[in-house]
Amino acid sequence: MTETTATKFVYVTFIRTTADQLWSALTGPDFIRKYWFGMHIESDWKVGATWKLVFTDGRIADFGEVLEFDPPKRLVLKWCNEWSPEMKAEGETRCTMELEALDGAVKLSVTHETARPQSKFIQAVSGGWPRILSNLKSLLETGEIVLK
Amino acid sequence: MQEIDTLFKALADPSRRQLLDRLHAENGQTLGQLCAGLAMSRQAVTQHLALLTAANLVAVQWQGREKLHYLNPVPLHEIYARWIQKFERQGLDALHDLKTKLEGNRHD
Repeated sequence: MTETTATKFVYVTFIRTTADQLWSALTGPDFIRKYWFGMHIESDWKVGATWKLVFTDGRIADFGEVLEFDPPKRLVLKWCNEWSPEMKAEGETRCTMELEALDGAVKLSVTHETARPQSKFIQAVSGGWPRILSNLKSLLETGEIVLK
Repeated sequence: MQEIDTLFKALADPSRRQLLDRLHAENGQTLGQLCAGLAMSRQAVTQHLALLTAANLVAVQWQGREKLHYLNPVPLHEIYARWIQKFERQGLDALHDLKTKLEGNRHD
């Protein structure tokens, strides 16, 4: 990646669960609250629907549109920032979540990207994903989260 | 072998750590880009990348005909969460206590 190209991060985790359970964890509001630091996502979860990530106090953190919805394999979201004027000005990013069932586990790949070089928003988001994925893995495998 | 053994084995080699450093500096590189300027053969880099991928430290994505390598920090975060974070929290609590003590009963 050079300064003239897009910004992109790829995160992969292997979770000992089923694709259906993982899909529910990614799209179920009550489950999301448990591993997304108390925040939750509101959406009708169909192609073209809006979605929003809501802080515990009700303010909107991020929002976007469901671009692809193919349970339990592939979810693609248009992803925009709301809470920071600087990051909001960067416009839209794209997040792709892919689930691949393996022997006794599911491989979850999260790709977050934007055409904008050196995107501040992608860098901010990318710091959060490893924590969220660790929590998600721990929650699905042991019933408890590692980090609050 | 356990996941964690594979992870530490992958990290226990200076050449592999060098490859991770290069991806950290510039994410999403081809094999050719990773080989440039290294004192390793292309075959050696390929083998190291295979071990790093098996340990889930490197994620691979295809972009057209190009195979791009990305640093995947999720397993490293699990090391951090398991052994380090607890102590950081205590450090923050200690700082908070010190601040409270030094500032006394100021309510501003």
